[in-house]
Amino acid sequence: MKVLLSWLQEFAPDIGGDVDDLGDTLSALGLAVEDTEVMGEGLEGIVLAEVLDLRPHPNADRIQLVDVDAGDGQALQVCCGAFNMTVGDLIPFAPIGTVMPNGMEIARRKMRDEWSNGMCCSAQELGLGHDHDGIMILTDEAAGTDLGTPIVDVLGLQHDVLWDLEVNANRPDALSVAGVARDLAAGLGVPFAFPEPPEPSRCEGAGLVRVELLDPTLGGRFLAQALQGVTPGASPAWMASRLRALGQRPINRIVDISNYVMLELGQPNHTYDLAKVPEGHLRVRRAVEGETLITLDGVERTLTRTDGVIADIHDRAIGIAGVMGGASTEISDDTTDVLLEMAWWDPPSISRSVRRLQLRSEASARYQRGADWGLNMERAMARFVQLIADTGAQAVGPLVDERGDTPDRSPIRVRPARINGLLGTGLDGEEMAGHLRSIGFEATPVDDQLDVTIPTWRWDTNTETDVAEEVARMYGYANIVRTVPRGEVAGGLTTYQQARRQVRDVLVGAGCDETFPMPFLAPGDLARCGLPDDGIGLSNPLVAEESVLRTSLLPGQLKAIAYNQSHRSGPVRLFEIGHVYLPSGPDQELPDEREQLAVALSDGGAHDAVAVLEVLADALALPNLRLTATEAPAMHPTRTAQVMVAGQTRGVVGEVDPRVSELFGVSGRVGWFELDLGATLDGPRGNRRYRPVSKHPSSDIDLAFVVSDEVPAAEVAGQIRKAAGSLLVDLVLFDVFRGATIEAGHRSLAYRLRFQAADRTLTDDEVGERRAAVIEGVRDALDAALR
Amino acid sequence: MELDLDAHLADAEKAAAAASTEADVRALSAEYLGKKSQLKAAKKQLGALDPDERRSAGLRLNDAIERLETLFEHRGSQLADEARRSQLEAERLDLTELLHPIERGHLHLVTQARDRLEDVFVGMGYEVAEGPEVETAWYNFEALNIPEWHPARGSFDTIFVDLGEPESVMLRSHTSPVQIRTMEVQEPPIYIVAPGRTFRTDTADATHLPAFNQIEGLVIDRGITLGDLAGTIDTFVHAFFGGEVRSRLRPSYFPFTEPSAEFDISRPDGSWLELGGCGMVHPNVLRNCGIDPDRWQGFAFGFGIDRLAVMRYQLDDIRELVNNDVRFLRQF
Repeated sequence: MKVLLSWLQEFAPDIGGDVDDLGDTLSALGLAVEDTEVMGEGLEGIVLAEVLDLRPHPNADRIQLVDVDAGDGQALQVCCGAFNMTVGDLIPFAPIGTVMPNGMEIARRKMRDEWSNGMCCSAQELGLGHDHDGIMILTDEAAGTDLGTPIVDVLGLQHDVLWDLEVNANRPDALSVAGVARDLAAGLGVPFAFPEPPEPSRCEGAGLVRVELLDPTLGGRFLAQALQGVTPGASPAWMASRLRALGQRPINRIVDISNYVMLELGQPNHTYDLAKVPEGHLRVRRAVEGETLITLDGVERTLTRTDGVIADIHDRAIGIAGVMGGASTEISDDTTDVLLEMAWWDPPSISRSVRRLQLRSEASARYQRGADWGLNMERAMARFVQLIADTGAQAVGPLVDERGDTPDRSPIRVRPARINGLLGTGLDGEEMAGHLRSIGFEATPVDDQLDVTIPTWRWDTNTETDVAEEVARMYGYANIVRTVPRGEVAGGLTTYQQARRQVRDVLVGAGCDETFPMPFLAPGDLARCGLPDDGIGLSNPLVAEESVLRTSLLPGQLKAIAYNQSHRSGPVRLFEIGHVYLPSGPDQELPDEREQLAVALSDGGAHDAVAVLEVLADALALPNLRLTATEAPAMHPTRTAQVMVAGQTRGVVGEVDPRVSELFGVSGRVGWFELDLGATLDGPRGNRRYRPVSKHPSSDIDLAFVVSDEVPAAEVAGQIRKAAGSLLVDLVLFDVFRGATIEAGHRSLAYRLRFQAADRTLTDDEVGERRAAVIEGVRDALDAALR
Repeated sequence: MELDLDAHLADAEKAAAAASTEADVRALSAEYLGKKSQLKAAKKQLGALDPDERRSAGLRLNDAIERLETLFEHRGSQLADEARRSQLEAERLDLTELLHPIERGHLHLVTQARDRLEDVFVGMGYEVAEGPEVETAWYNFEALNIPEWHPARGSFDTIFVDLGEPESVMLRSHTSPVQIRTMEVQEPPIYIVAPGRTFRTDTADATHLPAFNQIEGLVIDRGITLGDLAGTIDTFVHAFFGGEVRSRLRPSYFPFTEPSAEFDISRPDGSWLELGGCGMVHPNVLRNCGIDPDRWQGFAFGFGIDRLAVMRYQLDDIRELVNNDVRFLRQF
């Protein structure tokens, strides 16, 4: 909502002072200032001029030559980049020597060999609005004004300040100049009052307008008034310039007055061409399912039962309540008689229609938040009639005022103690009442409580808490003493959260960079991985490439590797901790959402992935980590293992299927593992036990076995451990050899075994016995010969 | 035959000086002090002398032996030092000739910011709560006092997913659903922060991402006031941004809090920067979670995590946070 200082002053003349201070006061009242513009300064030199001639520039297409008369009867040639003028138009003109509001001085200069003797001005160049579509055309507003008249006089401009305020959804009142003025006056402690409009000239007569309010839950109040003698034409300059400042383009008198009243008082209104409303009769009701009408924008709209309509006497819809009028009764240049509507609509009903029809407007924004159903409606009606009276039109017949359901505004009982308890303040009831009265609430002390009547311009305000908020706002948030709660709760991270941090630290130590891809995939990404193509779709994706929720971290990581490879960043080690969203059972409302961990190594293969996995498992003390060769979607068929922890599957490790890598534009091998992090960290883990360090010497022996390729090394190690017994304290695989000296389909696995006892030095015989037992055990179990 | 001790010692000194290795010195030591050395032989012959002479000759011999022992020991360790020195010299290394540096990994900027925030709030006595990223309309809106028709719903620019009835399941548009989930299962007092990913239909550009990160705080306890909220924000701002940074609250509106506020932090030039929203938890929200608003009160606050990272490092394009370019990731 934009407001002008001069307009605010019509309601509270004492508003004034430093512009920045006023802005701070507005912000402190919850009307955050988004932009401040000081207007009407530096326009002294700008005068009214007439366009005498327009002709092409001989050497340029983007500028034309304009002859203007700036009041001395002479034709001045100007080069101008705008093409929206016609001969005879009146425009603001900056003669040579003018200093523009932005500081630029206008000089006589040549543009492509043609002299330019000044500048034709746009509204933006004058700081009078953001309309930069072309030169400001004042032909209608300034008709009859002498050429050469200073533009400040033509437009009735004064030094002014324009604020652009952010108005929250609970402040329907602040979507009007008067409402902002009420708040600001209260904040500054200066008086606020509505100017009394003069008694409108009213022509008594038979009722030209009838209204049937058929659904009281839709329309809380419906005012209608016939106006006669309306003549088309432009609005006066002062009104046009105010509308322009507030972001409304002046159109014609009726439309402009309609907008002016809405901006000033917050009351949206609608005008019908009375001649096109049979018998001036309106029926206000809910729409029939499938009912259609063509709205003002020429679009045919299909309605549902939740929409409200205004229908004519034949029950044909001629407008959508609170949203948009119909084309059939639109005002035209021939209109002389007008039916003026001012209504109060049920906010949820309007919100539903706006959302469904995607039709937002200044009017619907006010109805959605809850307009004022009280005296302000009559005031707005009187203001409209007053403004249009200047054009010779007048109200005819009585004001129709139909009433439906409006919110209950009986006083509510509030407890000052409770409000102090919520705010942390120590105000007494009378102080609270004073703050409330300053913004139009009525507050009457009853014992140690207050009876508060909430004004009709605050639809959203109904409860004691709402009242507390108003007290806080007017008391000033900045005045509230700051304290810190002294809870008896110890903070901390859960064991899961601690372990997850540990995972990150271990992986960073292993040289992995943490990535954070967005969790969206393109359709087909999962299929390209050979994964089930069952990702849940987004209903309203921004782009097709991000329209499916991931079920695996793999596509995102492959894209990250491809991206880095394409930027020649060398080998990368990446990891990610993020959610995947798996389809869940039909009785589940939400997807099966899990936190996963993925590690992707473009500098190595399956063994590197296992090495990282093992160091992580060791850090987390995952019990009994086992890798079992398997085949899995997206994974290399002969280089993949299932990751088992304490007998439970937690994920896969190995290499990405080279075909999949290729489809994602990744070259070289990708070592990979992905774990269900939630299950892994919440499962059994961390059970470490102290074993005293032996003070006795250890003995090492090396053994190499020739083992079939079918037998995993992990199984050989398992057999060695089993046969060696508890004296084996360390076992390392230190060589793997395949070659001519080894039987085909076999390899030699060389292990170093360290034996040690806690209580004595082992004898050679003891070690020898173990050695023999290991050789025999491995041979018998795995058909493996000692090499 | 009488051994000329002076000449013998002079010979030994000459030989020791000529020795070039420790082994040479050991050989000399054997030659001069070993069992078959002239000194040992002379010692054996002492017995033949008369007692007076024996004593003085003995003293002289012992003196000579001692002097030779010292001589060889000294020369030996001198040569050992030299040998060690030349060995070390041969090992001279240019420490800047590093062929295999250790590559460390890097925590993502968002993780770093999130961890710091969590740590500050843990220090203030908060626990960290988490929740799902896909949510129902109940948790994302209705329980938060945003009914189906509420105009505020439009402002959330929600991304819906194809599950259930249209617009019934969505990517959470804020972390506030975690408030509801926490209050549903936990009896007050509640002191939590809920960091996590949130989603809006914002087209990705230099300052927007459709997936971004927020942190939400919730306190429910007896007698919690708006003053407590202002003080908590202030304490956090000092701890996170530094003691010189001030905070302020401005009235605002959120359906799930009342009174509501925006909170700003001061910049060095004296201007204010809007950081997030906050307020006293709306009684309807408490009731929706089965908490009696007459017994318990609380506040909630929330703000963006990504923006803090963007501010701290003055990133000119927020998309770097999801591009996963290692040239970016490795800077932090």
